[in-house]
Amino acid sequence: MSDTKPHTSAAPINAPLTAQQHATQSASRVANISTETIANQSEFPTPPLHVGSFQLRSRLVVGTGKYKDFAQMRLALQASRADVITVAVRRERLFDKDGHSLLDALPLDQLTILPNTAGCFSAADAVRVARLGRELLEQLGNPGQRWVKLEVLGDKTTLLPDPIGTIEACAELVKDGFEVLCYSSDDPIAAVRLRDAGASSVMPAGSPIGSGRGIANREAIMILIDLLKNPAHGGRADYPVIVDAGVGTPSDVTLAMELGADGVLLNTGIAHAADPVQMAHAMRLALEAGYFGYKSGRIARKLLGTASSPWSGTFTHIPGE
Amino acid sequence: MEQAQIQIQVNGESLTYVGVDTVAQLLTHLGRDNVPCAVEVNQQLVPKAKHSQHQLHGGDRVELVTLVGGG
Repeated sequence: MSDTKPHTSAAPINAPLTAQQHATQSASRVANISTETIANQSEFPTPPLHVGSFQLRSRLVVGTGKYKDFAQMRLALQASRADVITVAVRRERLFDKDGHSLLDALPLDQLTILPNTAGCFSAADAVRVARLGRELLEQLGNPGQRWVKLEVLGDKTTLLPDPIGTIEACAELVKDGFEVLCYSSDDPIAAVRLRDAGASSVMPAGSPIGSGRGIANREAIMILIDLLKNPAHGGRADYPVIVDAGVGTPSDVTLAMELGADGVLLNTGIAHAADPVQMAHAMRLALEAGYFGYKSGRIARKLLGTASSPWSGTFTHIPGE
Repeated sequence: MEQAQIQIQVNGESLTYVGVDTVAQLLTHLGRDNVPCAVEVNQQLVPKAKHSQHQLHGGDRVELVTLVGGG
């Protein structure tokens, strides 16, 4: 390539360079990446995700629990670029006058809050908690008042969802006007039943909440995604499936997206990392990597090797030839 | 006229009040009238618009809840 036009973006970094060009350009590359590259990319390079009537700019949804303090949480949320965050509904501490509130620590005008029903073990309790969450978000004027992350847990040891209670609560909340995002097991049929009960999204667990084990049964998640999203199997291509729970590392996020999930919801994987802010950044990059990797269409797996460099023109000894 | 005394459960604690007849008065008393706070009385949501009308009765179980960090 011999053109002498100035580079207008950081893209042609693979163009051959003379030694002199290399010296000047490597010095300016930092500037290129921090200004031109970022300027030329949209802030949210993955397209928005539609869930019910909501449009999520970021496909990474993050929780707000378990942080060391609010300052650390705020920085991690910022690094994650998430625009939807989950919160829980709990009793006020009546006589704790100087207790700092989560609500004071969040830039509420920039975030859509997704209230959860964590800690509920029956459909009736989950419906109560969902209504209380909606009431709070109405008071705050936050758009999150229209939806809920439904959790009906089976027991406190595994935190695995109670599929029957979840379906019951989902139907009840849909009737009450909620858009319901259902935390589910990775069971494909349970997921179909939740979709049929009116769930705006099914959110299968990769593995138990907070376990950090990633996607324990990838075939189950693949079948679940197929049943919900493949029109040939009764699915709808734009039906949102968000992998929720169990994510420990960025590669877990990437794998979820490579399996065809539309998004990932996680909390502990960031909040309990040694450096939550850096991990939030990594999770965001991992999601983008998985998203674009899936969309690109991966190569077929082969048992044996296939050379990347041409055989034609080789002039050295090749065994067996 | 002497104001009635009522005993109610608030967030699991048994509290006795004089001059607290409505949900709105309870919230004022607890300093929760100007912060987001959702209220349930006997497991039924009482929306903010109804706080000043909703009468409290002895033995009522009241839950006052807010949003906290969660996943």
